[in-house]
Amino acid sequence: MVRSIMDSLPNWEPFYPGLVIMAPFLGFMFNGMLSLYINRPGIKTTSQDISRSKKISSVIGPGSILVSFVVVAINGLRMFVVEHPSALVKSYWTWIETSNFVVEAAIQVDSLSLVMMTVITGVGFLIHIFSMSYMENEKGYARYFAYLNLFVFFMLVLVMGSSYPIMFVGWEGVGLCSYLLIGYWFEDEEKASAGKKAFIVNRIGDLGFLLGIFLLYGALGAVDYQTLAASASKTFVYGGGWVTLITLFFLLAGVGKSAQIPLFVWLPDAMAGPTPVSALIHAATMVTAGIYLIVRSSILYSLAPLSSAIVAGIGVCTAFFAATIACKQYDIKKVLAYSTISQLGYMFLGVGVGAYTAGVFHLVTHAFFKALLFLGAGAVIHSMHHALHKVHSGDDPQDMRNMGGLRKFMPITCVLMWVATLAISGVWPFSGFFSKDEIIWMTGSLAMAESSPFPLLYKLYWSMALLTALLTAFYMTRFMVMTFHGKNRTTEGTQPEIIEAPKLMLLPLMVLGFLSLFGGWINVTPDLMKSAVGGFGFLPMTDWLHHWLEPVISESVAIQLDNVGELGHQSPAGGGEVSWALISTTAAICIVTTTIYRMSKNEVRSVGSKSKDGKISQLLYNKWYIDELYDQWIVRPLWRISHFCWKKFDQGLIDRAVNFSGRIAKGIGWFGSLFHTGQVNTYAFFLTLGLLAALIMVMS
Amino acid sequence: MVTEALFLSVMIFIIGTLGVIIRRNAIIMFLCVELQLNAVNLAFVALSRHAGIEGQLFVFFVMTVAAAEAAVGLAIIISIFRHYETVITDNISFLRW
Amino acid sequence: MFFVFASMAIGGALGVVLAPSPVASLLFMVVSLGSTAGIYVLLEAHFLAAIQIIVYAGAIMVLFLFVIMLLNLGHDYKKDIRGGLAVLLGFIVTGSIGGLLAKQLMVGNDALIEFSGSSINVDAEIAEKGIIGVIAEPLFNEYLVAFEFTGVLLFVAIVGALVLAKKVD
Repeated sequence: MVRSIMDSLPNWEPFYPGLVIMAPFLGFMFNGMLSLYINRPGIKTTSQDISRSKKISSVIGPGSILVSFVVVAINGLRMFVVEHPSALVKSYWTWIETSNFVVEAAIQVDSLSLVMMTVITGVGFLIHIFSMSYMENEKGYARYFAYLNLFVFFMLVLVMGSSYPIMFVGWEGVGLCSYLLIGYWFEDEEKASAGKKAFIVNRIGDLGFLLGIFLLYGALGAVDYQTLAASASKTFVYGGGWVTLITLFFLLAGVGKSAQIPLFVWLPDAMAGPTPVSALIHAATMVTAGIYLIVRSSILYSLAPLSSAIVAGIGVCTAFFAATIACKQYDIKKVLAYSTISQLGYMFLGVGVGAYTAGVFHLVTHAFFKALLFLGAGAVIHSMHHALHKVHSGDDPQDMRNMGGLRKFMPITCVLMWVATLAISGVWPFSGFFSKDEIIWMTGSLAMAESSPFPLLYKLYWSMALLTALLTAFYMTRFMVMTFHGKNRTTEGTQPEIIEAPKLMLLPLMVLGFLSLFGGWINVTPDLMKSAVGGFGFLPMTDWLHHWLEPVISESVAIQLDNVGELGHQSPAGGGEVSWALISTTAAICIVTTTIYRMSKNEVRSVGSKSKDGKISQLLYNKWYIDELYDQWIVRPLWRISHFCWKKFDQGLIDRAVNFSGRIAKGIGWFGSLFHTGQVNTYAFFLTLGLLAALIMVMS
Repeated sequence: MVTEALFLSVMIFIIGTLGVIIRRNAIIMFLCVELQLNAVNLAFVALSRHAGIEGQLFVFFVMTVAAAEAAVGLAIIISIFRHYETVITDNISFLRW
Repeated sequence: MFFVFASMAIGGALGVVLAPSPVASLLFMVVSLGSTAGIYVLLEAHFLAAIQIIVYAGAIMVLFLFVIMLLNLGHDYKKDIRGGLAVLLGFIVTGSIGGLLAKQLMVGNDALIEFSGSSINVDAEIAEKGIIGVIAEPLFNEYLVAFEFTGVLLFVAIVGALVLAKKVD
């Protein structure tokens, strides 16, 4: 049955889809070999060699991603002109072939995977360009681009795979690349440990993924998406045990990869890697793999309302929790890390209430403004680092208490980052407003649906999401004001050295700024379009994304509507869609302005200040002591168990048993050696003994 | 007669075997081997009375071979003696390696 | 008559094994061989008896004697016979072999009945061809090849003995 699906032709012309995957892989091979070649032992590299190799890597690294992006764009355009594009499944070889389980090494290009591919290759390409300037003084330049290309390759495998095992290959691969890139400066012990932490916590999620695949195979007999789409609604009972279990395991996978409660602890530590890495992996692509998994399995989630409620619950709790922590962080990248966790929570909330389009929409807009924020922060750090290095100061270039008033020195960066901040705060007309608003609206609609499964719960989620949105506006504004406005707190003598980012860095920032501003206009519901939000129909907005993703999620949405009835048209506190849109954006603007006003009144504390924090401030600053909790309750007991097993079982039992058998062999050998006297008499004796034995055997 | 002769043959044979195991002198060990051969000859001759003349014929050959073997065996013992200065097999243990 | 020869044979054998001096062992061996020759006569194998005395007792034992005298043995008696454990084990093993073999020969054993009722009669042949003829005729007719080969074997033995016992210069 799998093969017959493979043979069906799409109604649009594909354009070498395999090239999308192969180009980054070839880039990885080339850069990897270049890196090994440059660093081969026993050679002296001249600076000319190094600069030449950097030039080569700069062409191959971003170039391969550009090739992928162009191919993706061509395929996307070809799909775009067709009314209802069908999925293309192209199988290259048969990976696993047993009598009752067949997995093809195949790719599936459909509307969902195309959206992901565009984000990955597009934003990836911009980040590659940025990295060319950011990493220009690094010794391991080629290695960096090799790993980055490998990451893009694996991420593409993840989103383009046609079945869950292929996705798992990409899943594991991006985990590996995350480890390699976080620990890029592996000579620093702390940074290397951060890489390890990321990989190990991810593995817990991988367990969930595997168990989900096994259960899915047990229920369906196949694990590819086409079979799932064709037979899921017939095989599974709505709200039944099987489908709930499978979806919960996939949720575990997403919790690990997308840093939700309780497995988010790796993401703040992952800021030890280079900033472009944080931008690519931990803002735009890898962490969105969990969302992608859930949207791919949307049929299963729509058939399991309990799991969907849990997904939404975990999402909104994570969003709130991370937002609180971000309010009290002083490191630029940590604020953004917790912000990422919080926004991922929003995406989980979106897909948990069945608003799959909203979740993907927020994924796309988040990729734009979060990548912009990270790259901007990277520009700031780069500048600060350069300046502090010039005056031989030991201050931390990433601590916001050492910054302030950078608007004068880096005006373009400041403006672009304000664009991103307003987007993430949900201010009209920036992109984040539309996506976040749709998620919150859909949560409220589900709470008010005719036969909503858990109305009170969803009402709670709705209010938490609103509160978190306000917190988001607050901490992002605090972030911007501390860094770019107010009095300049940098060390003496650094002011003339802090310069605007170089052109190669500014270019991607500007592209992302444009997308953050106008990127939300691709998915505006018709109601909003006609109202003030949509400029009364004059602004060029569409609800294109919703229609584009229809082939993939229409059945899931239909199943949900069948079972919960019609969704509500009012939010839980009354008021329609348009009213709430206006209310939320007004609230966001209020928070932003209030924060700016209050912060301009108070002094920002410097790094070594002695003033005491309140109890809550301390709790938030220390991230609710969650790392310490994990260490005490999980890590230490595990270590003690391992130590016990090692000493008692491995050394005590097994080593002794093995050595004992060795000694037995030695003893038998010694005993045998006694018979070898070398004298003829002895051997004659044994001859006769043998004769006796033969006689006994013959005669009895 | 035949059965008694066979009994005798068995007795001489086991005495010869005992001699090979017990004696340390190489030449006497060899002599005991000749005893064993003699015992076997006796058995052949005894049985040839009932089993055909081939028995005696075989004894003829056994004696010939015993002669040849004695010659060569003693030559070997002589050359060992030249190397080791003794024919006591206790010290001649190069069969060990 | 048979028992006289038998006891002499066994006595000689025991003497070979137990005598301390090599020359004594050898002489006991000669006694044993001689009595065996006597038993051959009793068993109507006259030719073999003669051959036994001439070749075995006469030539081979003399060869042994020559070697014993050449090597100047017979001075140190103590070391020749093993004691203790070896004797005990040897007794046990060889005794068991003997017992097993003897059991086969006991009255009431099936194998023996076959022999007493055999139809081949050597006596008739001896009467027909004569004592020498009864051996010579098969030897030179059916077993000629084996006969020739024993000649070759003796030749090889002579050459081998010469080479081995040569004095190395």
